[in-house]
Amino acid sequence: MWQLFHKLGSPKWFFGMANRLMPWLLLGGVALLFAGLIWGLAFAPQDYLQGNSYRIIFIHVPSAFLAQSVYIMMAVAAAVTLVWRMKLADVFVKSVAPVGAVLTFLALFTGAVWGKPTWGTWWIWDARLTSMLILLFLYFGVIALGAAISDEKSSARAVAVLVLVGVVNIPIIKYSVEWWNTLHQPATFKLTEKPSMPAEMWVPLLLSVLGLYLIFGWFACLRMQTEILIRERRTRWVKELVLAGRS
Amino acid sequence: MTSDTRAGWRPVTESVGSVRAMKALFLRDLKAAFRQRQDLLNPLLFFIMVVTLFPLGVSPEVSFLQQAGSGILWVAALLSVLLSLDHLFRHDYDDGTLEQLVLQPQPLFLLVLAKVAAHWVLTGLPLVLLAPILGIMVHLDGNSIGVLCLTLLIGTPVLSLIGAIGAALTLGLRSAGVLLSLLIIPLYIPVLIFGTGTVAAAGEGAPVSGYVALMSAFLVLAVTLAPFASAAALRISLSNA
Amino acid sequence: MSTTPVYPPRCSRSGALMSEPLLQAVNLQCERDDRMLFRDLSFSILPGTLTRVEGPNGSGKTTLLRILAGLNDAWSGDLLWLGESRSYQRDEFVRNMLYIGHRPGIKPLLTPMENLRALMAGRKAVSDDLLRQALTGTGLAGFEDVPCRRLSAGQQRRVALARLLIADEPLWILDEVFTAIDIDGVAALETLLVQRARDGGAIVVTTHHDLQLPSMQRITLGAGDDF
Repeated sequence: MWQLFHKLGSPKWFFGMANRLMPWLLLGGVALLFAGLIWGLAFAPQDYLQGNSYRIIFIHVPSAFLAQSVYIMMAVAAAVTLVWRMKLADVFVKSVAPVGAVLTFLALFTGAVWGKPTWGTWWIWDARLTSMLILLFLYFGVIALGAAISDEKSSARAVAVLVLVGVVNIPIIKYSVEWWNTLHQPATFKLTEKPSMPAEMWVPLLLSVLGLYLIFGWFACLRMQTEILIRERRTRWVKELVLAGRS
Repeated sequence: MTSDTRAGWRPVTESVGSVRAMKALFLRDLKAAFRQRQDLLNPLLFFIMVVTLFPLGVSPEVSFLQQAGSGILWVAALLSVLLSLDHLFRHDYDDGTLEQLVLQPQPLFLLVLAKVAAHWVLTGLPLVLLAPILGIMVHLDGNSIGVLCLTLLIGTPVLSLIGAIGAALTLGLRSAGVLLSLLIIPLYIPVLIFGTGTVAAAGEGAPVSGYVALMSAFLVLAVTLAPFASAAALRISLSNA
Repeated sequence: MSTTPVYPPRCSRSGALMSEPLLQAVNLQCERDDRMLFRDLSFSILPGTLTRVEGPNGSGKTTLLRILAGLNDAWSGDLLWLGESRSYQRDEFVRNMLYIGHRPGIKPLLTPMENLRALMAGRKAVSDDLLRQALTGTGLAGFEDVPCRRLSAGQQRRVALARLLIADEPLWILDEVFTAIDIDGVAALETLLVQRARDGGAIVVTTHHDLQLPSMQRITLGAGDDF
C-alpha cells in the first residue's frame, strides 16, 4: 500500500502509467458519451412538459456533476499536498483547475440555453445556477492564486490551503444560496433516491455522466503529463524521453 | 533558577502564556493603529461614500431605499472590510515583526486570532456603530436598524476572520489587493445572504432568532477554523519570502 | 553600544557536555526557482561557538539562516535540535532560538521601549527597568520614547539588537547583523558576541563585514549552480 503511494508520488512512474491508461480512458469515455448522447438526443422520449428542449440535460447535468466533483477531487489532492507534500498532487490540482472552470462554465452556459425556452429568459438568479456561478468564482480564485506565486512549492501549498478553505465553504454556500432562492426544479439526479425520470431518460444520462468522467480522466492525464514535462525538464529521464521522441 | 542541565548554557523551558501573549499583541496592534488615526477613518469614509452612491446612482425614492437599504449597507460594509484587509498583515510583513510572531513559542493560530480581533475592533466595530445613522438615511425603520446592527455585529467578525486567510495567502505578492478580493468575495456570500436575509425577515415582522442563531453558528465556525488556515497560510507566505 | 551585557553570566564552559551540538544540519539541500542553492550541506552548531555563513550575493546565506531559524521550510535533509529531529520539537526549539533578520522587526509607529516590550512579550516577562537598561546598553538612552520612524536606520537596528542584551536563548541566528551600525557599535557588538560565545551561547551570523573573531566556524556557500 505504502509502496504504491510512494510510486504514485514519482512523476516519472505516473508518466509511464498514464501513457498506458490514457487510450482506454479515451476509448471508453468516447464510446459511453456517444452512446449516452445519441440515445438521449435521438431516441429518449420527449418530456411531457418541456418537449425536446429538456434534452440539453444530457450535456448540462454531466458537466454540472463533473464540475462539482472536480473541486472535491482537487480538495483531496490539496490535503495530500499539505500532509505528504506529494508533488504529483499539486500537479493534479494545477492541471485540472482550468478544466473544472471550463466545465462549470459549460454547465452555466447550457443552463442559460435551457432557461430560454423553459423560463423565457437567458438568466434567472435561481439557486443552482447561482451556486454554479460562485463555484466558477472559486475556480478562478484557485487559478489566479496559483499563477500569482512563482515559487513552485509555496504556490502548491498556498493553493492547497485555498482549495481546502473553499471546499469547507461549498456546502455552506450551497445551503445559503438555496435558502436565498428556491426556484429551480428539484435536483435532476440523486444517487440515493430512485430517479423520478423514466429509465429511457436516466440511463442515457448515466451513460453520458460516466463517459464524461472517463474523458475527464484522459484529459487530466494529458494535462498532468504536460505539466510534469515542464516541471521536470531538467531531469535526465525527461531529456532522454524528448531525445527518444525526436529520433 | 533551575539547575544547569548542561554545562555552559541553560535551556529556556518556560515562556509567556498564550493568553498574555495574545493580549500583548492585541494591545500593540491597537496602539500602533492609534498612532496613525487617519488610517482608521478611511474604511469608515469609504463605507459612507459607497452607501451614498446608491440613492444618487439608482433612486432616492423612499420605497426603493427601504427595500434595498439593508443590502446596500451590508455590501458597503463588506467592501469596506475587504479594503482594510490588505493592512492586516502587510505592515508586520514589511517591518519584520511577522517573522518574530511566527517564531514566538505560542501557537500561531492564537496569535492570528489576537491580530484579527484587533483588526475587527478597528474596522468592523466602527462600521457597526456607524450603521444606525446610515440606516436612518436609507429610511429603514427602527426595528430593522436594530436587527441590521445585530447582524453586522455578528457578521463583521466573520468577514475579518475569513478575510485573514486571503490576506495571509496573498502576502508579499504583487497586486495582492485585487487578488485578495477575488479569493475572498465568494467566501463572503453566505454571510451576506444571511445578513441581509435576516433584516428582510425582520422588515416583514417575522421572527429572526433562528437566523441570528445561524449567523452565530457561522461565527463559531469561523473562529474555530479560520485561524488555523490563516496560520498555515502565513507560514507558507513567509517561507516564500 | 556599551560593552557590559546585562544578561546574567553563564557558568563557565567545561569539558565534554559542551561538545553536544545544539543544532545539527545533515545533508541539507535547498533549491529555489530552479537553482540549487546548496546540497549535501552538513554542519553542527556547538554551544560556545560562533559560526559565520559566507558566500557571494545570491548564494543563499539568508535562505540558509531562515531555514535554520525555521522560517523557510522549502528544504530537504535533516535538522536536529539536541540530537533529535527538530520538526517534532518546534516549541522547544523556538523557545531557545533568537532570530534577527534583514527586517529587524521594529514597528516605525512605536517607540523603542514599546517595540522592545512587544518583542519580549511572547518570550518572558521583563521589567521596564531592564528594558530601559538594554536600550541604554545599545546607545539609545534618551530615545526610549521617540517613535522609531524618527530614528535613523542604524538606531532602529540597535533597538532590535537591544534584545541581545536581555536574551536567554542559547542559540542566536543573526542575519546581516552589522548593517547600518557605526564603527563603535560594530566593535561593541563584536565584543558582545565573543562574550556570549564564551558564556556558552551559540551564534550563527552572516555579514559582509570583515569579522575577526577567535574560534570561528565558517560555512562557505558557493554561487549556487544550475543543474
